[in-house]
Amino acid sequence: MSEGMYAGQAAIEAYGLGMRYRRGWALRDCSFRLPAGRICGLMGPNGAGKTTLLSIAAHVLRPTNGSISLFGEAAGSVESGRRTAFLAQEKPLFRRFTVAETLRLGRELNPGWDQRAAEGIIRAGNVPFDAKISTLSGGQRTRVAIALAFGKSPDLLLLDEPMSDLDPVVRHEVMGTLLAEAAERGTTVLMSTHVLAELENVCDYLVVVSGGGVRLAGDVDELMSVHTLVTGAKEGDGVPSALGRHTLVESRTSGRQFTALIRPEGPVTGPWDMGTPTMEELLLAYLRSPDAPPLITPTAQVHGQGLGTGAVAA
Amino acid sequence: MMVVILEYRIDRRSGVPAFQQIVQQTKQALRLGVLVPGDRLPTAKEVAETSTVNPNTTLKAYRELEREGLVEPRPGRGTFVRRTLGRPETGTESPLYAELVAWMSRAAGAGLEREDVAALVTSAMEKQYAAGNAAATGSTTTGPTGATTTWRTGE
Repeated sequence: MSEGMYAGQAAIEAYGLGMRYRRGWALRDCSFRLPAGRICGLMGPNGAGKTTLLSIAAHVLRPTNGSISLFGEAAGSVESGRRTAFLAQEKPLFRRFTVAETLRLGRELNPGWDQRAAEGIIRAGNVPFDAKISTLSGGQRTRVAIALAFGKSPDLLLLDEPMSDLDPVVRHEVMGTLLAEAAERGTTVLMSTHVLAELENVCDYLVVVSGGGVRLAGDVDELMSVHTLVTGAKEGDGVPSALGRHTLVESRTSGRQFTALIRPEGPVTGPWDMGTPTMEELLLAYLRSPDAPPLITPTAQVHGQGLGTGAVAA
Repeated sequence: MMVVILEYRIDRRSGVPAFQQIVQQTKQALRLGVLVPGDRLPTAKEVAETSTVNPNTTLKAYRELEREGLVEPRPGRGTFVRRTLGRPETGTESPLYAELVAWMSRAAGAGLEREDVAALVTSAMEKQYAAGNAAATGSTTTGPTGATTTWRTGE
C-alpha cells in the first residue's frame, strides 16, 4: 500500500544496533528502517532502550555494536549532523537567557538557521521574547525547545518524550504546531512517547522496542490491518485449535470466553467475533507477550533483513 | 486567508483508520451540502493544527478522494471540491427516507431496542454493500463504529 509513496529514501537505517552499559544490554541487535517524510512513534516500556536509540541516532552516544545511518550518511558525519535536530527529554536550555537570546544562540550556531520559522512557533504560543527561560511554564519551555529544533531546518527531528510534562490543552496545541511545521517542511520525525493518544493519529509509522529488540515496525495502517482480534467461546483450556494455523500474538481467557490477537495466514473462519484491534490493544498484546514473533513490515526492513524476523508480505 | 469550512473529528478509538474517517467525513459533508463544488478542503497543515492529525494521513485521504473524482489538487493553491455527492434520494424528503421511518416505527412497535435496530441495519447494509465496500476501502472492514463516525459529521 505504501510502497509507491514511501519506497524512496530512508531517513534512518539501523543495522544490528547494540548498546551495553555497565548494568547490561540496553539495546540488542536492533535493525529497522524509517522512510523519509514519516512521523514515527517510538514506543516501549520503561528501560526498553528508547532514549538510548534516539541518543545513538543523534550521535550523543556511540553504539557498542552495529551502525546507524541518516539519509544514507553515517550518524555523526557533518552532513547528518546538519540535517538532524535532537530534543532531549530534559530540554536543555540556558535558564538565564531570554527567549530572544536563545533563538540568537541557535542562529549563531547553525548555518542553515530559519529565524522566521523559529519566531513563528514562539509567536503562535504567545511566549514573550523578552522573558527569561527560567520564568516560563513547562509548555512554553517545550515550545521554545521545539522552535530551536525547527529553526535548525532539520530534515530529521528526534524527540524524546516531547510532551511528557504538558497538560492536555497545551499538549494538543504544541502537537498541532509540531505537525503543522512537519507538514510544511516534510520533516521526518521520530519521537518516543508513552502516551497512546499521541500515537494514534499523530504517527503514521511505528517502531516498538522491548527487551532491547524491535518487536513491531512499519506503517501504522498496515500494522493494524494485518492483525485480527478474535473473541469467542473457550474450547477446553485455551484457544480453539482451528486458530493454530495463524500466527498467535497473544491469547487470554476469562470465564468461558477467549480473546486472541492473531496475524491471519489466510481466511479466518469460525463462530467467532472478529475485528480490527485498536492501537492500544495491538501494543499491549506485543508488550505483554515477549515470545510473540516480531513483525517488521517490508518498508521498515533494512537491506538483508527479512529472513527469520517474522516478516510478512504486505 | 480563507475560512476553513470543515473541521475533521477523528475518533481515535474506533479502529477505523484515520485517513478513512477523513474520507468518510468529507463524503458526508458533500452529501449534506456542507461542501459544494469549488470549495477548498483544509490543507494538511490546517488539519494538523486544528485536529492534530498527521499530515500524511490527510494527504492519503485526499488522494483517495481524488481517485474517486470528488476533489482535485491545484498545485500551490490546495485541494478543491469537484462535484457533490448530494442526490435527491439522500434527502429527508425522499420516499426512501419515509419508508425507513415507517420501518423504524414498526421495529420500535415490535419492542426492538436502539442497539437491535442498529445491528439489523448494519447487517443488512453489510449484506447489500459488502462487495462494493471492499472495493472502496481496500482490505480493511468498516464496522458499525465507522458508520457512527460518519453520522457525527452531520451534528
